Amino acid sequence: MFKTITLATALATFGIIGAASAETLKLGNVAELSGPGATVGNAWTDAINMGVDEINAAGGVLGMQLEIDTYDTQTDAQTSRALVQKAIDDGAFLILGTVYSSSTIVNMLVTMQQGIPQIVGSESPSITQKGNPYVFRSSFGAQKSMPKIAAYLDEGLGAKSVAVSWVNNEFGKGGHDAFVAEMEARGIEVVADVSSEVGQADFASDVTQLKSANADAIFVYLHEEESARLLKELRKQNVEAPIIGETTLLNQKVIELSEGAADGIMGHVGLTVDAPNPEIQAFAKRFSDRYGYKADHNAMKGYVAIYTAATAIERAGELDRQKVADTLHNMTITVEDVPNILLNVSWDETGEVSRESFLVEVQGDETIVKDMLPAN
Amino acid sequence: MSDFLQLIISGLSTGSIYALAAIGFTLLWQASQTINFAQGEFVMVPAFFILIGSRVLGLPFPIAIGFGLAVAVFTLGFVFKRLVIQPMLPHGHLPIVMATIALAILMRELVKEFYSAEAQTFPALFSEQTFDVFGAVISHQDIGNLAVSAVAIIALQLFLGRTRTGRSMQATAQNPGVAEILGVNVQRMVLYTFMINAALATLASVLISPIYLAKFSNGEPIGLVAFLAAIVGGFNQVRGALVGGLLIGVIDNLSAAYLSSEYRIAGPMILLIVIILLRPQGLLGTSEGRTV
Repeated sequence: MFKTITLATALATFGIIGAASAETLKLGNVAELSGPGATVGNAWTDAINMGVDEINAAGGVLGMQLEIDTYDTQTDAQTSRALVQKAIDDGAFLILGTVYSSSTIVNMLVTMQQGIPQIVGSESPSITQKGNPYVFRSSFGAQKSMPKIAAYLDEGLGAKSVAVSWVNNEFGKGGHDAFVAEMEARGIEVVADVSSEVGQADFASDVTQLKSANADAIFVYLHEEESARLLKELRKQNVEAPIIGETTLLNQKVIELSEGAADGIMGHVGLTVDAPNPEIQAFAKRFSDRYGYKADHNAMKGYVAIYTAATAIERAGELDRQKVADTLHNMTITVEDVPNILLNVSWDETGEVSRESFLVEVQGDETIVKDMLPAN
Repeated sequence: MSDFLQLIISGLSTGSIYALAAIGFTLLWQASQTINFAQGEFVMVPAFFILIGSRVLGLPFPIAIGFGLAVAVFTLGFVFKRLVIQPMLPHGHLPIVMATIALAILMRELVKEFYSAEAQTFPALFSEQTFDVFGAVISHQDIGNLAVSAVAIIALQLFLGRTRTGRSMQATAQNPGVAEILGVNVQRMVLYTFMINAALATLASVLISPIYLAKFSNGEPIGLVAFLAAIVGGFNQVRGALVGGLLIGVIDNLSAAYLSSEYRIAGPMILLIVIILLRPQGLLGTSEGRTV
């Protein structure tokens, strides 16, 4: 009896078993289902659940059915840390989420200490710059996106000055710093630098500051709900400078919540369901048929995350967490091999993602893809 | 100059809504020596009653507002007073504080569970058209918020001062024992106060939800600011809550623009500390004697 327990403990310690009963493989999804990040986390989770059902219908992973346990962080970093630990205690082989960088930066320490692979939807550059060998993105870090935006501001708009509105948390600071560095490198002056808080409701003073700077363009790097509130105030105060954003600003939820105020904004998105791509269009249709709302980039991140997890485990060939993490480093998945990965994608040795992306414009309630940008 | 004017007008518009919520604190304090820590949620929830009327029951928006008002006055006025406050009142202030904090959590979770955790658009009562005043852009919504809040507060003052019921409510607030001897139905007057608070909270909800978006988590920031406004203005004066609300709205905007947007909440907090130090009863409040 003692030998059996000792052997089981040893195997679990090295990540060789655990997480799986006879026919199921348990994964943990730790996401922002309530609080300021609810829009983000619900889309991410819905897409993961859809992916799990598809993977199971196609025979599962290594012959096992996937079982997903979902945990609500309430968009709170400390709660997310506790829930990642709970997911591991509950037997999750691999963790999906969180999406908010301020949560991921805290909870990824738990998975790192215990050698659990974690696929996150967060975009703060610092996440893949801390030497954590178990964290992998399903979307770009801001340091990959900002050079593309800077190029558009400089060469596309010919902007000489820019006003920046950013959210003062891990996500916002990471994006802000990467953006300002790109502006300095291109000689574009940042004439207003306005930070705001997560969940901020009143943007009157922020917009007054952005407007009075008389910049050639305004760059917005906020979460979805705050983006919608800012856009409404920008339109109310008759701000005419071009409004440029990165991914969150161009989210479908922002377009819906801002009630017309998003019309005309432009920006860069790593993933968009409006891309003229057959795999993405098929995903968008399946998602909207199933959930009754249009998928956004957060849903696409979640979908890519679950297919990344399934592919990595399949390629590792056994339930060994270290082997799965090693497989994910420098891995490439092509649409030819896994159509539901949506776009060809590669990971480097830090867990950072590389793939094509899009320059888009909001026209009415639609996001129009203006250009496809190469991977960097 | 135009920036300064813009900040003042936007601050007054938002501040007038804070004032409506803050008045709720003062009303309940005067009527029943109750501090309702669920006041922010009392402003958050009616928006969802109205959205249920509009989106689920298919009522036209003005009718849905009436529906929301009726449900709010019943649940947040009548039911709240009968089921939460009345049984707890004999046991002192602390159980009521705990009960209202618990109620706030319950209301947030119920909205999240039975409506949505996500923000919802909410139709504005006034058009979003704007006009220029000395370079500042003012919307019909700004003016409308100020006007509706002002009319509501003036109407409340007139009701309290000029009607028999209002004077009975004031008598109840000042000395319930004497009021009862004089033939005032004290329990009924207290109930009216709770129902008026629910109606004012619904009005605040209708005005603020187009700006904030309707969301279960809105109650916390609104409740905090309204509480600050009530203390700054004077917890025992309706007009104090009005001044407090407007002041907090303006100072919040000015401190975000001219001090630091990262520390915007610091402006109202510093104001609060200064006022507590210099005038503990609030700007327009009156000192209350304490029986030892």
